[in-house]
Amino acid sequence: MLTLENVSVNYGAIEALTGVSMHVEQGEVVTLIGANGAGKTTTLRTITGLLQPRQGKVIFEGEDISAKPTHKLVARGISMSPEGRGVFANLSVRENLQMGAYLKKNKTEIAADMERAFKMFPRLKERESQKAGTLSGGEQQMLAMGRALMSNPRLLLLDEPSLGLAPLVVHTIFEAIDEIKSKGTTILLVEQNAHAALGHSDRAYVLETGRIVMEGPSKDLANDPRIKEAYLGE
Amino acid sequence: MDTFVQQLINGLNIGAIYALIALGYTMVYGILRLINFAHGDVYMVGAFAGYFLALSLGLAAAPSFLSLGIVLVGSMLIAAVVGVIIERFAYRPVRKYSRMTTLIMAIGVSLLIENLFVAQIGAAPRAFPDFLGSQSQLPYRLFGNAAISKAQIVIFLVSVALMVLLQWIVYKTKVGTAMRAVSFNLNSAKLMGINTDAIISLTFGIGSALAAAGGVLTAQYNPNIDPLMGILTGLKAFVAAVLGGIGNIPGAVLGGLLIGAAETFVVGYGHHIGIASTYRDAVAFAILILVLLIRPSGLLGSTVQEKV
Ligand SMILES: Nc1ncnc2c1ncn2[C@@H]1O[C@H](COP(=O)(O)OP(=O)(O)O)[C@@H](O)[C@H]1O
Ligand SMILES: [Mg+2]
Repeated sequence: MLTLENVSVNYGAIEALTGVSMHVEQGEVVTLIGANGAGKTTTLRTITGLLQPRQGKVIFEGEDISAKPTHKLVARGISMSPEGRGVFANLSVRENLQMGAYLKKNKTEIAADMERAFKMFPRLKERESQKAGTLSGGEQQMLAMGRALMSNPRLLLLDEPSLGLAPLVVHTIFEAIDEIKSKGTTILLVEQNAHAALGHSDRAYVLETGRIVMEGPSKDLANDPRIKEAYLGE
Repeated sequence: MDTFVQQLINGLNIGAIYALIALGYTMVYGILRLINFAHGDVYMVGAFAGYFLALSLGLAAAPSFLSLGIVLVGSMLIAAVVGVIIERFAYRPVRKYSRMTTLIMAIGVSLLIENLFVAQIGAAPRAFPDFLGSQSQLPYRLFGNAAISKAQIVIFLVSVALMVLLQWIVYKTKVGTAMRAVSFNLNSAKLMGINTDAIISLTFGIGSALAAAGGVLTAQYNPNIDPLMGILTGLKAFVAAVLGGIGNIPGAVLGGLLIGAAETFVVGYGHHIGIASTYRDAVAFAILILVLLIRPSGLLGSTVQEKV
């Protein structure tokens, strides 16, 4: 479904990704783990067209999307809950969700999708007309995910959805990830919480200073001594 | 009391026009964090667009509300196109550089427009046709000695209607919600599938149309229009936007009305406290300095002030 071929990305003179190759197949949950600054966010920003690769290609459903603007990729079926949630603090919860459905015309379909988001995260329903800026971190994460789903993506990118959240909320978020997967949406999950990420994914890539250093089924990586030491704190 | 009411009417009338122009500054700032120094010139372009439209359609000879309406809407459309072109060809290419670059570009665009107009049509003022008829400046007595003229009524009604329309667009429509989303977080907006460049164009278009309306309305009480008319008025409208809290739409309206009122009161009452009416144009800038010293975020702006 999604393939990165030898992708390198720079911020000015600084190279943030070096020859990254990876793939995500239809229906999978793939996780990308790595320490702070490894290049995880850069990878997702490159896939969504917020950054352009200096070298290499991003291919989505057979088409080279490396140079496509972000809003066109949303129309193609890619959606992202960005790092730091990126909710529109000045808009209400409902307006945030409406923006998630920006490219949709059919009002009844949008209403149904909004109900679905409220069902997944009932807290959002309670806060429906509140400004997103007044929500707690966990609620903002729910909103970011609910909003990303409003475009009915085929590929959902999640950038550190559990960052800075209380354990109970982290649990809710990962339950939601399982639910989204069970409905057939392909997910690329970026996490520093390697333990949870490996437990909720099919395959994993490990990124270190802009390079993929390991890959494999999540179960295998979770038992790999190097991963245990470096990322699982065992 | 009568004179107070009279000054207030006059002040709010001028203020409504400042407000229309201030809205464009504040909307563009809200979305790009750019002070669009060419905005005052778009106001001038709007006035001239109205002037040439009236001449070419022969409307000057047929004063009526309809003529005014045609000229108003026509000039708003022309100015909207001009605003969109300025953004597309001057600001967008340099947006990826520092904000200072865009700011310098704005100053360049402003000076270019002014000097192009001077070169093309000369610096001498032209007389904008009077659509409201010879009676337009005659006052309707309200009470006591306070009165309001037909031109003032038209200015009030049109500017209030436009502000209500803008409020509706920004807060009640999908595209308005997108404008607010873009102004809060550009990248998040892109991730929604919003074509942010199109939203930015639209913002320039709307802001420029409002400035043009200000230009045509100004000409209803002061028919002398010239290529440099946008400089001072533009700066005052900018001060109005800062006073209200730049980036804040209701703030721009409030700031415009306050600057207009302050100006008129200086003319009307200043001499009592030793301020001559010639200080009229200085008032706005004195207010600017006071705002920056006391409440840099403006009256309705958020308290966290971003550096331009
Ligand atoms: N906007 C930027 N400008 C310059 N360098 C950046 C920028 N964003 C990230 N970087 C650098 O790129 C590298 C990868 O960052 P990032 O992709 O955010 O890592 P991660 O998401 O894995 O924590 C880091 O060294 C970071 O400092
Ligand atoms: Mg990151």
